[in-house]
Amino acid sequence: MSGHAAPLLLLNDEQKMLSKTAHEFVRERAPLGRLRTFRNDKDEIGFSRELWNEMAELGWLGLQIPEEYDGLGLGFFDLCVVLEESGRELMPEPFVSTLLLGAQALLLGGTEAQKNGLLPGVAAGETLVSVAYEERASRGDFHCIETVGRASRGGFEITGEKVQVLDGHLADAIIVSAATDGGAQTLFLVDPEAKGVTITRQFRIDGQTAAIVRFEGVSVEPSAVVGKLGGGAALMQSVLDRAGVGLAAQMLGASEQAFADTLEYLKEREQFGAPIGSFQALQHRAVALYTEIALLRSVVLAAARVIDDKPEDIPRLASLAKAFASETFLRVAQEAIQMHGGIGVTDEHDIGFYIKRAQATYMTFGEPSQHRRRWAELHGY
Amino acid sequence: MSELDTFREEARAWIRENAPKSLWGTTGSGPFEGYWGGSKSTESDPDLLKWRDLGIEKGWIAPSWPKEYGGGGLTRAHEQIIHEELKAIGVPRPIAGQGLAMFGPVLLKYGNDAQRAEHLPKIASGELRWCQGYSEPNAGSDLANLQLKAQRDGDDFVLNGQKVWTSHADLSDWIYCLTRTDPNAPKKQMGISVILVDLNTPGITVRRIDLISGYSPFCETFFDNVRVPAKNLVGELNEGWTIAKAILEHERSSIGRSIARQPGSAERDVVARSRKHLGVEEGPIPDPLLRDEVASLGMREEAFHLTLARVEQGAESGTPGPEGSISKIVGSELKQKRFELGMKVAGIQGLGWEGPGFDEDDLQYTRDWLRSRASTIEGGSSEIQKNIVSKRVLGLPEGKK
Repeated sequence: MSGHAAPLLLLNDEQKMLSKTAHEFVRERAPLGRLRTFRNDKDEIGFSRELWNEMAELGWLGLQIPEEYDGLGLGFFDLCVVLEESGRELMPEPFVSTLLLGAQALLLGGTEAQKNGLLPGVAAGETLVSVAYEERASRGDFHCIETVGRASRGGFEITGEKVQVLDGHLADAIIVSAATDGGAQTLFLVDPEAKGVTITRQFRIDGQTAAIVRFEGVSVEPSAVVGKLGGGAALMQSVLDRAGVGLAAQMLGASEQAFADTLEYLKEREQFGAPIGSFQALQHRAVALYTEIALLRSVVLAAARVIDDKPEDIPRLASLAKAFASETFLRVAQEAIQMHGGIGVTDEHDIGFYIKRAQATYMTFGEPSQHRRRWAELHGY
Repeated sequence: MSELDTFREEARAWIRENAPKSLWGTTGSGPFEGYWGGSKSTESDPDLLKWRDLGIEKGWIAPSWPKEYGGGGLTRAHEQIIHEELKAIGVPRPIAGQGLAMFGPVLLKYGNDAQRAEHLPKIASGELRWCQGYSEPNAGSDLANLQLKAQRDGDDFVLNGQKVWTSHADLSDWIYCLTRTDPNAPKKQMGISVILVDLNTPGITVRRIDLISGYSPFCETFFDNVRVPAKNLVGELNEGWTIAKAILEHERSSIGRSIARQPGSAERDVVARSRKHLGVEEGPIPDPLLRDEVASLGMREEAFHLTLARVEQGAESGTPGPEGSISKIVGSELKQKRFELGMKVAGIQGLGWEGPGFDEDDLQYTRDWLRSRASTIEGGSSEIQKNIVSKRVLGLPEGKK
């Protein structure tokens, strides 16, 4: 805030209604136990296309997409209202790949043709867009890549390997980061069907579907550049800031739900002739979690708000939200298991799924110490 | 432009035109910072006194109290705007202290007309200063165990016993006391009454308590056959516990807020001390582990301020709820973390108590660090706050403590 008035941190009546509708939808239609089924069945898709289409019909996928591309033209804040609810049941549907990475990259850097070609399909739930930016050697720093995009025959030829590309095996379009002449990064829009692209499905602990995407001399036209030639790093940073805030909203929802389930357990589980929630050792830890989640809610709302209203504050608050969400969600997930005791470490119980998602999201879009370093830089130390 | 926006512009203009320049940037404008008033005040800063007089004239000492009791007759939203505009330039409220922040609001709610008319105008003018008589040697965290006896005798109560941690009792004119009026009540929370006592009454002795910091904001106050008129009972006899809890909620939220000061101030403070003690005037703090800890503090500080703002934006009434406990828990821990880091970067230069070889600002910082250890204890320890949130917010069943 640094001496400025705080951003508006409350939901308006429409957003409250949206939150309530999404809450009920997620609870009734998308229970967390689906993750177990998808995993055990080695489901080819890994999520429910039907649910994704239903959410498109409800308008949720196009909330933030401008009306000219068949969206509702609302804000990122509105999108975060839905994301928070989707996080409660750890929905594996392609929110992160398509709405938080793909759509943001297109909205921030896409040409008219690229936006016209893809965004209406995103809003309609028909098109999935992945962003392939992470490599084995990146270690959380998207600047560190070995993939190259050499100038060739009036266009570019892309060679390299990206890992854990979210929904890469299902994407209708892939945006890939590559080092172009002079070493600067450029983002390219690639057709997954193009010659030289190989896609291998990966399975992660958290049930988010992902793939290894290999590019072997894949040819693209100059019109495939997303953003400016050589401007990929700046664009990628802006995309990751938004994606980090959206993910933090999901992590907030997940923390809330894991905590709510744990609180319920504390009230009903009896040992020594009393509910374990009557023991002060557990009460104080529960309050500590409650407090952290209250703080997390404030930073997520603030970061979502400035994305719509005050772009100059995005880097600070995006790093704050992602760092805070990472620490909080992981701690809540750890404590949730501990307070459930033995049943908490069984695969049969749902509570154990939260720690897997917590670890995955902790490592996604920069882990906390990276964000703290950036925060320090932004504050001049 | 809404009426409140217009008011904000007017308030901003008036404050900036009238607040003495020497006061700018001196405080976080919290409810306990600045001139506290009272007949024993030795305040001599002419600007502070001038600012007090201007505030009284403007009716902005207690902006949301009714005019008949010396207030400004404004809404809480207006009051909030005034405080925000003061905070924006770091100017103290024209008068601060417990009477305004804690006792006044409670007397407005629970007192009778005669009590309000007698006491509130003198608080709003700074004429009299109030302190709080809550804790006793055997009633700390277990406050309801209090034993200060108040026995009815004709038109008076006669008080016998002791209060402790009576902050600034030596500088105050009146004390609002929790007393035991029914020693045989079936529960210890019953049989407690709130009684207002003039500290000049015969039989009262006030003694200061030194803290580990060497300073002494606290006192012990002894009552030996102190006669108090029965009209000084607030609310119903034996039903003071409800009022006591209401005052505590004001206290908690006030303490949380007063710790908050300006957003980013704790972080800037530790960065400045790091620069001084590590000898690095600009650029990154060279120790990456320290830098990470400072950034952690800064992030948490920002999250705390955003949370206070969120609660403020959502507040529809002037009565703080259990969120006061949360702001106290987080705020007091933040304060301690700030001083811990500030001490760490000073190394052995932070070990001075007084005398040669130490800088004045380091000596002061060390005292402030020691003082900060009380922040998780006073006003209800963090553990007590957690008990409250556990029961009232999380709905966890009460168990053996």
